[in-house]
Amino acid sequence: MTTPPPDLSGAVDMSHGGGGRAMARLIRDIFLRHLANPLLDQGHDATRLDVGSGRIAVTTDAHVISPLFFPGGDIGSLAVHGTLNDLAMAGARPMALTAAFIIEEGFPLADLDRIAASMGRASRDAGVPVATGDTKVVERGKGDGVFITTSGIGVVPEGVDISPRRLSPGQVILLSGPVGDHGIAILSKRQGLEFGTEIRSDSAALHRMVADMIAAVPGVAVLRDPTRGGLSATLNELANAAGVGMQLEERAIPVRPEVAAACELLGLDPLNVANEGKLVCVCEPGDAETLLAVMRDHAEGRDAARIGHVTVDRPGFVRMTTAIGGQRVVDWLSGEQLPRIC
Amino acid sequence: MKYVDEFRDRDLARTLATAIAAAADPARDYNFMEFCGGHTHAIFRYGVQDLVPANVRFVHGPGCPVCILPARRLDDAIELAERHGVILCSYGDMLRVPGTGRRSLLKAKADGADIRMVYSTLDALDIARANPGREVVFLGIGFETTTPPSAAAIAQAQAEGIGNFSVFCNHVLTPPAIRHILEAPEIDPSQAARLDGFLGPSHVSAVIGSRPYEFLAARYAKPVVIAGFEPLDVMQSVLMLIHQVNEGRVAVENQYTRVVTRDGNAKAQELVARIFELRPSFEWRGLGSVPDSALAIRADYAAFDAEKRFTLSEKQSRETKSCECPAILRGVKKPKDCKLFGKACTPETPMGACMVSSEGACAAYWTYRRMETLAEMAAE
Repeated sequence: MTTPPPDLSGAVDMSHGGGGRAMARLIRDIFLRHLANPLLDQGHDATRLDVGSGRIAVTTDAHVISPLFFPGGDIGSLAVHGTLNDLAMAGARPMALTAAFIIEEGFPLADLDRIAASMGRASRDAGVPVATGDTKVVERGKGDGVFITTSGIGVVPEGVDISPRRLSPGQVILLSGPVGDHGIAILSKRQGLEFGTEIRSDSAALHRMVADMIAAVPGVAVLRDPTRGGLSATLNELANAAGVGMQLEERAIPVRPEVAAACELLGLDPLNVANEGKLVCVCEPGDAETLLAVMRDHAEGRDAARIGHVTVDRPGFVRMTTAIGGQRVVDWLSGEQLPRIC
Repeated sequence: MKYVDEFRDRDLARTLATAIAAAADPARDYNFMEFCGGHTHAIFRYGVQDLVPANVRFVHGPGCPVCILPARRLDDAIELAERHGVILCSYGDMLRVPGTGRRSLLKAKADGADIRMVYSTLDALDIARANPGREVVFLGIGFETTTPPSAAAIAQAQAEGIGNFSVFCNHVLTPPAIRHILEAPEIDPSQAARLDGFLGPSHVSAVIGSRPYEFLAARYAKPVVIAGFEPLDVMQSVLMLIHQVNEGRVAVENQYTRVVTRDGNAKAQELVARIFELRPSFEWRGLGSVPDSALAIRADYAAFDAEKRFTLSEKQSRETKSCECPAILRGVKKPKDCKLFGKACTPETPMGACMVSSEGACAAYWTYRRMETLAEMAAE
């Protein structure tokens, strides 16, 4: 027996958040339809799952991106990728996600359906189910379409210890691919800033690539995804946390020509621009080639490159040999370069 | 990236560095003022000073539109948004600049004023079209580069009959500012004497051409080389200036020939002349009152002039105490000479505009070279 497709012609109203029949129907017609899996199908407010040995990793991430749909993704896929990547950067194997939706009254059901479908696709592609969720509706004008908070739970295998504490001079800094795609894709969608070439967000789940990297080199010191604030913020955070210096080589940092051109035009530094599908890896020099080879075997790491090393001098500072051979500090961004980026 | 990567090539940079080192006479100093904040940032972002000998020095000029806007004008903009209830549209750089009492547009926005960041005057026009019941004011700042877009917006608003749009005009002119640096009595007289030449503006010159600098070179005997904004442009221009100094020549030379002509962009000049006229005098932070150095909207377009449309109150505007922005803008002091630098004043907690703007000298020192700067400060 096939169920008839749900009617998605209307918009979300306050009754969809009221806890009654309308809400049950919204959950059934949209969220369960796209996200169904054995965990979610338990139907409890709290889902039980079995974990094996190892330590539990847990993370949460709120997504308020504007626009909701952008080249290379949407808030649904981003909410899955963002949280999976946060788990992966701890070396964890993701087991399950949760999703909480705050929806503004008047939001088109068809758009909500598109977002839930995209989430379902991202979750299935990643092999990580959405195990439980929550839906709230706020009055018109009190939200902006839809906000999604996802939490993730995962297990860190025995023997894996990824932490800024393990940074030490002489280690090598690797980057999984070109920087700035996500931020520029979002910017290009905002009013009046469309470029000739479509720049797509790099939004992607990195946990599979990370699992292979850890399998090849269990002693990886640090993994970090350079999201808001870009590569420069991530490296500065690490340098500060560990009290080490870093020296980069500008010419080694991959940036797509169209992203570089957009940054030139807008006066942005690609190192400060957000990514949603890249990682920084710090490892012992002897492991660098192995890890680069593993990364390059994955679509997400095809353009992986060695971009610098950890130094003993200038603790807390990230320095860079510029394109022309001069030196400069790579600073983190002050204030907000671009709000509502993820 | 075509037409950009070539100008950031390391081998070419090394060749130029060798030529500069060979040309520079070790027995003397070369002090060149780069007028534009854009050049200051190119120099710091690429570490150009690491590639030139120590006796070739860059003196940073006042070419930062955000930095030279005095507190009074910013206070006026805040008043437009808060007291007159307009939608105030501004380029992003302006938002965090502290006015009197360190109040900024961003703080006013947080307190409820309707202040919006735009990337172009066209965005501001769109906002005016979309909000016919509201007054929309564009905060016009900048040198000859940002003036044509403001002029175009006013022309467009008039053509379309957009009655709720106006510009709060703070557009300023480059050549009068250079002249002021070279002759104004309130500026340290030794300052003008120790300048050996100017790196002329890139984008400004694309609009006005190289001709307006000719009288500066002739009258004040200072070489000028119009320089592009890429690091190799800067290096080649430095080499050209050194040659002029060594040969005792004084000329306006154009390194940035791929963009700048002697006569500039006639169409842009015509548009600007149609909409704007000279202000008899304008207050610059750092330079004080400079005659014939800024533009006002012509009477024919008074309907689009925010200063005519709204009555701005008298106010006791004050710059932040002990902030050395004014002296830094004149090239008399460097950021390290300011006791606030890196302590009370950082990009997160700016005390002065030079630390905020992406063209400000303090921001360049902080962002790209603060280790060296803080070390020098500690040593002194």
